[in-house]
Amino acid sequence: MARGRIVIDVERCKGCELCRDACPKDVIELADELNAKGYRPVILLDPEHDCTGCALCAVVCPDACITVYRDIPQRQREASGHAQAVA
Amino acid sequence: MPKQLLKGNVAIAEAAVRAGCEAYFGYPITPQTELLEHMSERMIELDRVFLQAESEVAAINMVYGAASAGAKTMTSSSSPGVSLMQEGFSYIAGSQVPVVIVDVMRGGPGLGNIQPSQSDYHQVTKATGHGDYNAIVLAPSTIQEAIDLTVLAFDLAEKYRTLVFVIADGAIGQMMEPAELPPMRPVGSKRPDWALTGAKDRDVNIISSIYLGSDKLEAFNQELQKKLAIIRKEEVRYQELFLEDAKVVVLAFGTSARVAQTAVLRLREEGLPVGLFRPITVWPFPEKQVAQLAANAESLLVVEMNAGQMLYDIRAAIDTKIPISFLGRMGGAIPMPGEIEERIRTMLDNKIEPEISLWQESGNGHPSR
Amino acid sequence: MDTLVAEHEKLVYERPQALADVYTHYCPGCTHGTAHRIVAEVLDEMGLSERTILVASVGCSVFSYNYFNVDACEAAHGRAPAMATGIKRVNPDNIVFTYQGDGDLASIGMAEIVHVAGRGENITTVFINNAIYGMTGGQMAPTTLLGQKTTSSPFGRDAKLAGYPMRMAELLAVLPGTVYSVRRSLHDARHINQAKKAIRIAFEAQVRGLGFSLVELLSSCPTNWGMTPAEALEWVESDMVPAYPLGDYKVAEELEDLSKRKK
Repeated sequence: MARGRIVIDVERCKGCELCRDACPKDVIELADELNAKGYRPVILLDPEHDCTGCALCAVVCPDACITVYRDIPQRQREASGHAQAVA
Repeated sequence: MPKQLLKGNVAIAEAAVRAGCEAYFGYPITPQTELLEHMSERMIELDRVFLQAESEVAAINMVYGAASAGAKTMTSSSSPGVSLMQEGFSYIAGSQVPVVIVDVMRGGPGLGNIQPSQSDYHQVTKATGHGDYNAIVLAPSTIQEAIDLTVLAFDLAEKYRTLVFVIADGAIGQMMEPAELPPMRPVGSKRPDWALTGAKDRDVNIISSIYLGSDKLEAFNQELQKKLAIIRKEEVRYQELFLEDAKVVVLAFGTSARVAQTAVLRLREEGLPVGLFRPITVWPFPEKQVAQLAANAESLLVVEMNAGQMLYDIRAAIDTKIPISFLGRMGGAIPMPGEIEERIRTMLDNKIEPEISLWQESGNGHPSR
Repeated sequence: MDTLVAEHEKLVYERPQALADVYTHYCPGCTHGTAHRIVAEVLDEMGLSERTILVASVGCSVFSYNYFNVDACEAAHGRAPAMATGIKRVNPDNIVFTYQGDGDLASIGMAEIVHVAGRGENITTVFINNAIYGMTGGQMAPTTLLGQKTTSSPFGRDAKLAGYPMRMAELLAVLPGTVYSVRRSLHDARHINQAKKAIRIAFEAQVRGLGFSLVELLSSCPTNWGMTPAEALEWVESDMVPAYPLGDYKVAEELEDLSKRKK
């Protein structure tokens, strides 16, 4: 099962929660704190590493706040010999 | 260049072509349609841009677009069409892009008729559109002058990044006179740095008239006013005839001035002390020069093909120093030299009451006598 | 965003370059943002930013010229297609697109949009249909649905009084100058991806010099509909899609190769 992670620009986020609704793994939640604009941004809450890097959150985000990463499977990493790859 | 017999609308169009106009967008409306038609042939022939827009509203916005892209561009219309363009004029002024507009004025208000008039004076000098700004307005009275001022219009528009009107009336648009066209200027020069051309190897350019905060918009308006102050100082143009010893000075522009000139010349032949002052730029208005007339003249006669529009500017310059009389023809009627002569004679005989208020009615209930 | 890509990861998605690094004024959940984003992604993928000129219009998206890293101008309400025409005619090598809402395009700008289509003007229009006038506080739009309550149709839109919703993608498809006229929606990820593909084809149509291309995007207005962002997208799906069927209303032959690709 692929693993991934997302990074959210919490200052750009307006707390619309569309990403939270779109996430199939329910790893996105509203933060308790407010950002500088007074919104409750979303954060990644993924203690079990359930995020798959599917990027549905990024696709529905109206403010392009989300950057998505996906693990390169061990086999691929070894085969390519590359230490770092960018999609 | 040798002189040719040219129709006003065609002469203006060809002058624009030779001045380097790269794009023309317009709509048919009498009495300027020949200008559009001439452009439809010449611009295509020369591989430049011509488009008959779906309306004057669309035309002025196409012009706005082409000007934002840095091309030399113009449109032409007549009074009702110019009214449709007013929103565009304001955006153009607020965005500071260069545009030339030809208004071949006709009788109004409303649909009016297609006869010549000068009743757009207020519209083009004071109310081209909402907001604080002015366009430069050039008023030719011969075909040759129409040609020369059209070329000047493009130069002034570019120099000041503003809109410049060439206002003719239906008579100038339609009549034919011998005149000389200027040589063809090359086109396709590099676009200005501020123009929309694609942000390659530079920061993006944005052409807009939006300044949301009042601090920003006030600052912008101050810059605009500074620009207009420079134009007021540098670009006034007028013609004087026989002013040195004139007791009665006639003030007129465009076709009215030609007719008035005939009357003045006739009276001069009789040795009568009459003169003519003809504004060529009605914006910036030659207020200093007009004010100066009060020093030597005893009274002024303003002749216009409207209900008294330039009259306002003259009153502002003269105040109540000397009496001002007004002779106006409306609805497409052109004054005849005879009526102007008659009025001047009466003024020389001191037999006419000067106008105290524009709305004061004479015996026949008509505001002008 | 300065985030390091770790050894074991690859970057799957990041904010497009063509979107300016500016905080937008759009309401939370407003699909204007989504539309901007997918247009920017297309500009990035096609490498068009340096050639592109945006003609912004009047509506909530009036400041769109601040949100894209491209040359841009602000047109008067409804006049963006005319302004775009002026630009494209004098700068035929530039990619010129208008971005318009339903008031701008289907009300005051109806003549201008019909005529760019009629002329087959080689520009692209991104049309945001959210069935309401957002910027001015929620009045009826030509695209407002029958029965829909707005501040200027407080009893619900009545056909006898105010006519029927305007179906622009269909209307413009009739004209021979239109080479691509489609309607998509932004109400979920799958539809957003389809919308992006359509935008790509529309810009390809312009690059290929074929004629006028339009993508109508069913969009939400949570604030003026009085809904949460999620509820608003549900309403797009449940109410707007039946009234404005998604589909391809015009696809020129020359675009069929792009249009049929499954990827």
